[in-house]
Amino acid sequence: MNYLTLSLALIFVIIPLLLSKTLKLGLEKDTTIAAVRSIIQLLAVGYLLHFVFETENIVFIFLMVLLMIGAATQNARRKGKAIKGITWKLFLTFLFIEILTQSILLGLSIIPSTAQYIIPISGMIIGNSMVLSILFLNRFISEVKDHVEQTELILSLGGTPKQAIHTQLVQSIKSSTIPTIESQKTIGLVQLPGMMSGQIIAGADPVQAVQFQLLILFILLTTAVITSIMLGYLSYPSLFNNRMQLLKLEEK
Amino acid sequence: MTRQAISLKDISYSDKGVAILKNISGSFPEGYITTLVGPSGAGKTTLFRLCNGLRSPNSGQIYINDKTINEYNPVELRRKVGIALQSAAMINGTILQNLSLPFDLQGKQFSKEFALELLQDVGLTSDFLHRDVKDLSGGQRQKLSIARTLVNRPDILLLDEITSSLDRVSQQDIEELIVKINKKYKTTIIWITHNLEQARTLGNYTWVMMNGQLVEAGPPSLLDDPIDEKVRLFVKGHEQ
Repeated sequence: MNYLTLSLALIFVIIPLLLSKTLKLGLEKDTTIAAVRSIIQLLAVGYLLHFVFETENIVFIFLMVLLMIGAATQNARRKGKAIKGITWKLFLTFLFIEILTQSILLGLSIIPSTAQYIIPISGMIIGNSMVLSILFLNRFISEVKDHVEQTELILSLGGTPKQAIHTQLVQSIKSSTIPTIESQKTIGLVQLPGMMSGQIIAGADPVQAVQFQLLILFILLTTAVITSIMLGYLSYPSLFNNRMQLLKLEEK
Repeated sequence: MTRQAISLKDISYSDKGVAILKNISGSFPEGYITTLVGPSGAGKTTLFRLCNGLRSPNSGQIYINDKTINEYNPVELRRKVGIALQSAAMINGTILQNLSLPFDLQGKQFSKEFALELLQDVGLTSDFLHRDVKDLSGGQRQKLSIARTLVNRPDILLLDEITSSLDRVSQQDIEELIVKINKKYKTTIIWITHNLEQARTLGNYTWVMMNGQLVEAGPPSLLDDPIDEKVRLFVKGHEQ
């Protein structure tokens, strides 16, 4: 695909813009911003990756992954501002997941230790973890707010903070990981996953594409569960003080 | 001389800059039923939350049996000073699951015999045990809430307006229950009520709180002839 054919793809941006304008949906500004940002960000990443792949320097790979973790933390922290110290909790979660998954992938030689594999897979892992953490934080904060009475009931009867928040924590972990598990049940039947489709379009053998996609899907299962659990267990102590009193959530 | 179950010294508490309790000093005698009366917004429930350790005062000191509240581990404190709130919050599930909650939190085995004894204490029959809490009436919820607080065998029981939304018959049941608990287990009871008749007939001691302050404290007869003009007006308003 060259830039001329790519520019024809802008038709798919113009269609929603025209519909939004005609039906007065008010989506023109956001659609334009989204399209422009995608172009700039992806082209920049494309050139950056090209450079990193060329050099094959471990420092650049490390910096690239760190950049992803930083961007994911910055994006997800807005949803969890009510929880004290959420920035480093998110950073630690993403870092742990990246180290864990890459250790398994590289340690067992499941993927070659080249930038071409490490960076795209890291992107998928961290990206998925970011979405999961946003889902988890949204749910956890609303669970905590909605169940103050039950939490204080358990505390008042001599329960510990962990016991007092257990139901809300489990509920939030479950509800944030269910979409990942459910979507994997119908994968291939309803839609072909993005990475697999991309490989097939680029001319890869479909069976090989499926193998890589399965690898990613299994990694995402681990990512989903660990993100919610780790973030949950890092977050709940901030809701209480050392006298085991439930603190009010900080206003956004 | 009567020992004090709870003593407060210059207690102040504010929330978001709003003063809720202002320099409260006073005590609740051990083994007594003390009624706590006063208009809404006087800070009575907040005071309970401080005594149970769900909140800490901004200044001042709370003594439980002569030990400061901070000398107690919070879990130990909350088992010693039980609280039953007006809302009678429940966890989802059966009456048995709610009753066994304090023991479950300690990882202790909860026997059916103990459950039945508690139900009997609060005037509920054994067929209630496996019912869903959602099916309980307001009065039954209050009774269950008290029974659940009793599981820890607290030395001090804080009851927050537990009869205010009940019909006369249920009110009487709970009144009898409070006196029974006080006599049977020698539990010190501190009871927030809007019903001055309850304060006069069931209590041994009375606190009158207004606008975050302790205005008068003494035997319930103080309600018949208050010294403070605001208390006089409050009592008069309730008797009209």
